[in-house]
Amino acid sequence: MATAADVLRKEEIPDLQAEIEAHARSYGLDFFDTIFELVDYEELCMIAAYGGFPIRYPHWRFGAAYDELMKGYTYGLQKIYELVINTDPCYAYLMSCNSRTDQKLVMAHVYGHCDFFKNNAWFQHTNRKMLDEMANHAARVHRHIDRLGFDRVEEFIDVCLSLENLIDPYSPHIRRKRSETDSEPRMETVGTAGRFPAKSYMDAFINPPEVLEKLAEKRRAELLELNERGTFPEEPTRDVLLFLLEHAPLRAWEHDILSIVRDEAYYFAPQAQTKIMNEGWASYWHSTIMTRHGLTDREVIDYADHHSGTLAMSPTRLNPYKLGIELFRDIEERWNKGRFGAEWEACDDLRKKEKWDLELGLGRQKIFEVRRVHNDVTFIDTFLTPEFCRKHRLFSFAYNDSTEYYEIASREFAEIKKQLLQNLTNRGQPIIYVVDGNFRNRGELLLRHEFVGIELKLDYARDTLTNLEKLWRRPVHIETVVDEREVRISCENGVHDINTV
Amino acid sequence: MTRPINRDLSRFRDILRGRVRENLRQYITQSEMFGRRGKDVVSIPVPNIDIPRFLHGQRGSGGVGQGDGEVGQPIGPGQGEGGGAGGAGSEPGSGHFREVEVTLEELAEMLAEELELPRIEPKGRDSIKSRKDKYNTVSRVGPDSLRHFKRTFRRALKRAVMTGEYDPARPRVVPTREDTVYRSWRSVDEPQTNAAILYIMDVSGSMTDEQKEIVRTEAFWIDTWLQSQYDGIEKRYIIHDAVATEVDEETFYHTRESGGTRISSAYKVALGVIQRDFPVSDWNIYCFQFSDGDNWGEDNGGCLRLLAESLLPMLNLFCYGQVESPYGSGDFIRELRKLEKQHENLLLSEIPDRDAIYDSIRTFLGKGK
Repeated sequence: MATAADVLRKEEIPDLQAEIEAHARSYGLDFFDTIFELVDYEELCMIAAYGGFPIRYPHWRFGAAYDELMKGYTYGLQKIYELVINTDPCYAYLMSCNSRTDQKLVMAHVYGHCDFFKNNAWFQHTNRKMLDEMANHAARVHRHIDRLGFDRVEEFIDVCLSLENLIDPYSPHIRRKRSETDSEPRMETVGTAGRFPAKSYMDAFINPPEVLEKLAEKRRAELLELNERGTFPEEPTRDVLLFLLEHAPLRAWEHDILSIVRDEAYYFAPQAQTKIMNEGWASYWHSTIMTRHGLTDREVIDYADHHSGTLAMSPTRLNPYKLGIELFRDIEERWNKGRFGAEWEACDDLRKKEKWDLELGLGRQKIFEVRRVHNDVTFIDTFLTPEFCRKHRLFSFAYNDSTEYYEIASREFAEIKKQLLQNLTNRGQPIIYVVDGNFRNRGELLLRHEFVGIELKLDYARDTLTNLEKLWRRPVHIETVVDEREVRISCENGVHDINTV
Repeated sequence: MTRPINRDLSRFRDILRGRVRENLRQYITQSEMFGRRGKDVVSIPVPNIDIPRFLHGQRGSGGVGQGDGEVGQPIGPGQGEGGGAGGAGSEPGSGHFREVEVTLEELAEMLAEELELPRIEPKGRDSIKSRKDKYNTVSRVGPDSLRHFKRTFRRALKRAVMTGEYDPARPRVVPTREDTVYRSWRSVDEPQTNAAILYIMDVSGSMTDEQKEIVRTEAFWIDTWLQSQYDGIEKRYIIHDAVATEVDEETFYHTRESGGTRISSAYKVALGVIQRDFPVSDWNIYCFQFSDGDNWGEDNGGCLRLLAESLLPMLNLFCYGQVESPYGSGDFIRELRKLEKQHENLLLSEIPDRDAIYDSIRTFLGKGK
């Protein structure tokens, strides 16, 4: 714990910031303007519970997250040092009771994140004005609450959140043929089934219910026709939320809330896709900047303590900070010494390999390139090496059904890599498609779980189907694998059924 | 400073409290899981609430770790039903319980709702008064801190108008010493209802820990309910085997004697406690007895006589709960049934296991007495 003299005062921030920022720029980091704010721990927990934003719509899950963070802190189990959000300008929150050394480190770390947000390809389609957007979302939800009552809106948000992970994180990066013909704000026009954007008090005039009804009728007829021609959607789609926005019979306010949930899910998706890289990159830079410039003699111990704290590994948990920073260092070393390419791969002589050094000095350049184009999956796929796994004593573990324990499964490179990639693919979430929006020609919805060896959590899957049915208003189904058999789990009027396909 | 998160936090806690309310039956039988937070609040562990999603389950899941260990070495337990790793390979063993804080008052209200308990009408003793000071009057003297600003100026204004000092063009009013009015109190009598609870337990060798746990659970709910119904609660604990003694709560639950059982000894002690501490005219007296029903045969007659002639007439309720013990004969309840007809304040219930606690509480407290 920092003593009073050691704590950073608010008015000292600009000087410290200027110092660290200059170091960061000197290494070629490139970031948006960054605004640091000092907050106490309660505030930091609040902002963290809100996903980094000071204003969110009201929902109990934020309270639950806050409760957990505060308890973790009170019992000394965990501590958040810093929080930074992907916006332009970048906002970063520092905990006010951290020691000065910690604050320096955290600032250096933050600049690493900011650089990553700005330059990594997977963040290119995120809304950099999300601070405003989140506040707008909150205002919209509040308006619905004022009109419809808290309980009804909350219940519907719960339903939407239940489907929140059914998005296609790659879709913002795909330019589709269809979207070229569509005019710009595709979601708004198509999604609302002929609804025009309108202020709520004008809504009834601009979007007369009877006209909408007629349109819906027409759409139903179109659906029927579509079904005669073939399946609908034409190809299975992973953006289940978009499919629901376009085709589920939602009321205007429901449509609005579902689109809010979808927007936010897409905003947060790249962070889950680049966790290891992002943390690794920031840690790489805080350690580089701090060890070369940042520390005065008396701060070394503090720094070492904190640094080792963030990078500690527990046996079953992969610390993204640690894995990321080590991989970046490994890449830097390999490209400095030229340990890559066909010649290196072909070399079988271990002794020769050990001394391999072409003195290329390409390391820095390489890691900057890596941070620009990769996400966690491609990062691990490309740069995890057998040498690395051995050096860091990595192993893969698996759940043993008979002992009900997680057990060490393998220390083979191929196995470890496979396991790691599997965990990272689709952010560790099951991959789910909409296959048929008019299943059995009865307007029922059919999803398919792409089975890759891990079964769905069944009780959750059932509850999720129940929620999906509330949106679709017709029976819903998902095809998956349970006990090694292909099955279809159905939900009709809230009643579940499992059938072998 | 109010922060928006408090709105979400209190909503979250409301939802958890709602869970307790919905599943109260289950919680009634496991009140030993409750933690005490201060005098009037308990914390109850409830399963965490979560938003259901399509997620990976445990079967076939795994992850990557770092460190020593042979292949096949277990590194952490799975989570059984209802748990499950968040994503594949997330850390096993994260918490699945949340503590929710509930006031005893709230708990009593939930209990009443669940068991459909009638409110207790205290015995007709309006004579018991407690004096309370209420600040509902004014006085001419008092400390400045209690000065009644508005009234003081009103009086000053009146005086000014009457004496002709008041000038509408320059409306200045200066209160003098005589104008000053102070807030003051008046003592009021309020009817106050107090209850005394006597717990009697058999601690002879035939009562096991399991049975005591049942007694403790029942006592918790009885306390909670009666506390919500009366202004003041006094509790006394009596244990007995062949002889009886009055003890404190701690001793009550943790004493284990061997030897025989003479229930009448406990009744005599109870009688003594009532005569000493709780004049019948001032107190609503409750007596709860828990035993495995094993009594010395020749003692039964004496017990019934003591009950019928001395105890029952003084008590609001006499409740006898018979827990089942592997050793007890369970005769005593049969003896008591002889009295059940003539005395409507004698309530009997058999509690063979934990699940019966629920019905037993309903029997005891469902009378509205």
